Amino acid sequence: MSSTEAQKAQELAGINRTGVVTAPLLSREMVEGAASAPPSSEGGPQQLMLRRAQYISEGFTVGSLPPPPVSLEGVLEGAARLVGTTTGASLLADKLSERLGFERTGTRLYDALINKCEALGESTPGPTLAELREIRDEELRHFHLLHAAITSLGGDPTVMSPCADTGMVASLGLLQVLTDPRTTLPQCLQAILTAELTDNDGWAMLIDLADGLGHDEFVGRFRQALANEEKHLASVRGWLTAMLREQAKA
Amino acid sequence: MGLDIFKEKGVPLEKQQFTWRDMVQAPTSKLDDDAFTRVRIILMNGLEVEANRFSHACARMNRELQLPLARVRRVEQHQATLVNWLLPADLSPIETTLAYEQVAIEVTASVALREPDPYMAQVYRFGLLEDFDHLYRFAALYDRVAGGDANNILQSYSDIIPGRPTAVEHRDPADDLREHYSKATAAPLTKLHAVTIMASENQTHDYYMNIGPLFADPVARQLYAEIASIEEQHTTQYESIIDPSETWLEKWLMHEAMEAYNYMGCAQQETNPRVKAVWERFLDYELGQLHFVMELFKQVEQRDPAEVLPAELPEPIEYKSHREFVRETLAAEVDLRAAGTQFVGKEDEPERSLAYRAQLNAQGSPSETVAAGYRWRPGTELAPAEGAAQGKGA
Repeated sequence: MSSTEAQKAQELAGINRTGVVTAPLLSREMVEGAASAPPSSEGGPQQLMLRRAQYISEGFTVGSLPPPPVSLEGVLEGAARLVGTTTGASLLADKLSERLGFERTGTRLYDALINKCEALGESTPGPTLAELREIRDEELRHFHLLHAAITSLGGDPTVMSPCADTGMVASLGLLQVLTDPRTTLPQCLQAILTAELTDNDGWAMLIDLADGLGHDEFVGRFRQALANEEKHLASVRGWLTAMLREQAKA
Repeated sequence: MGLDIFKEKGVPLEKQQFTWRDMVQAPTSKLDDDAFTRVRIILMNGLEVEANRFSHACARMNRELQLPLARVRRVEQHQATLVNWLLPADLSPIETTLAYEQVAIEVTASVALREPDPYMAQVYRFGLLEDFDHLYRFAALYDRVAGGDANNILQSYSDIIPGRPTAVEHRDPADDLREHYSKATAAPLTKLHAVTIMASENQTHDYYMNIGPLFADPVARQLYAEIASIEEQHTTQYESIIDPSETWLEKWLMHEAMEAYNYMGCAQQETNPRVKAVWERFLDYELGQLHFVMELFKQVEQRDPAEVLPAELPEPIEYKSHREFVRETLAAEVDLRAAGTQFVGKEDEPERSLAYRAQLNAQGSPSETVAAGYRWRPGTELAPAEGAAQGKGA
């Protein structure tokens, strides 16, 4: 562990003020005050859920897939090769776009992690810069693989599909952790672990989907990508476990 | 034929009512709605927020107007809520920022093209090239931090290329002030334009000031700090073009007319039927508010509102891509700088602005850092260079 890392770890036992035990007299007053004031209305959390359900039942979605591509001359291309003409093909297009977005954002997540490791210095235990760069480049290759797959299906790899959109929303918290200059390497690896767990299952489900729809041309390359992701997951899990053990010893 | 604002009385103020359920409707779709639906939502929210801002300032200076101002302002508060809440939660702060800059580009371009006063048109073109550059910087941030493609938001309507570099937009306050129009001789459209763009830029400033700290990335935080500073300059510029000798009630009338004018334009061009219904409803509300203020104007100032308002609302802002106009302006005017209220070549920029800028950028320029070597292409700069998807064309 670098000296900066050690210093940050020490600060974990610091002056945190968020809990009730830190201010026993004030918190006793808080508890007494809350206990003595009845709620202004009957019911519980289900009221909130009922209200939310009204909006759910309206049936709006975050969006849809694009219409079939039209050539620059305005002539509709052959329907048979279009993505989006059947439910299965639409689902595949949506999930391909989701994975593409995830791999592209994943590349930036690793850029941020590399940035942090460069600034703090490599730590032992922990990843080397070379190992992180290798994973980063693999994420980029996966993005390119998906880009090519979507293009070969006649789709538009620049589209943000509904699943790509919700995937991006889910990733925003991870980006916040990775790009925050104050976060430690283990905190960043914890966030990356979330990404890798999602990525592994994402690839497995994509393979299942492509296989079921008879897209044999993708399955082999997607399996290779999954094998890479399994290695990423094992590495991240290993680094984080070892770093936490080391921290616990200190 | 434009809208006759003296004949059309809209919905009376007392009938302009809301419920929370009505105010918080299902939002628009980031993916499916046309980018100009989003542009209109952002613009109209900015205009309602300006109505609130103006109304509070007016109330603080005019005891006798406080109650009528409060009555109108309460409705405007709820209008702003309904409009702004049409933005969806999956539109992240940086994506919303990209949309704000698209508003600044396409709306200001339309205004610059329509503006009858040549000096005012120059002011708008000057500001336009600066906001145009902001879009490029934020697009680079979105790409390089989040792996996102700004064109998912812009939908190919607006170019992502450098404008007047943000790093050189910082200038001394003495070079931000402009000449103002004359309330006696200016065309009604000149007045409507000025209040519209001032409101829009002020809202952009306030938005960046609020969301800048939401970002963890220190370069993002610096970029928002830098561009918020320019939006402060822009607000300074655009409020200075309005005749300060207009009375409070004159200004209130122009604010209401400006809102009606813009809701009319939105209603005419909206492609989402649900949002179009909102614009139509609020056009009727604004006409009701306008007539409420006309009556006050007659009572308090003993003047005819026709002295300050046009009989008919002019042709509205056009919600479309202004790519060619922006490119032509960029080619011809990117090197313009401000010297007092006038525009000069960069070699004639006053020393005070050069010194101010040098000091501010002394520890580096966030906008230069974030976009170092950046060239947008479909699917982000990480995308393979070949095999780019077909675009919508210019």
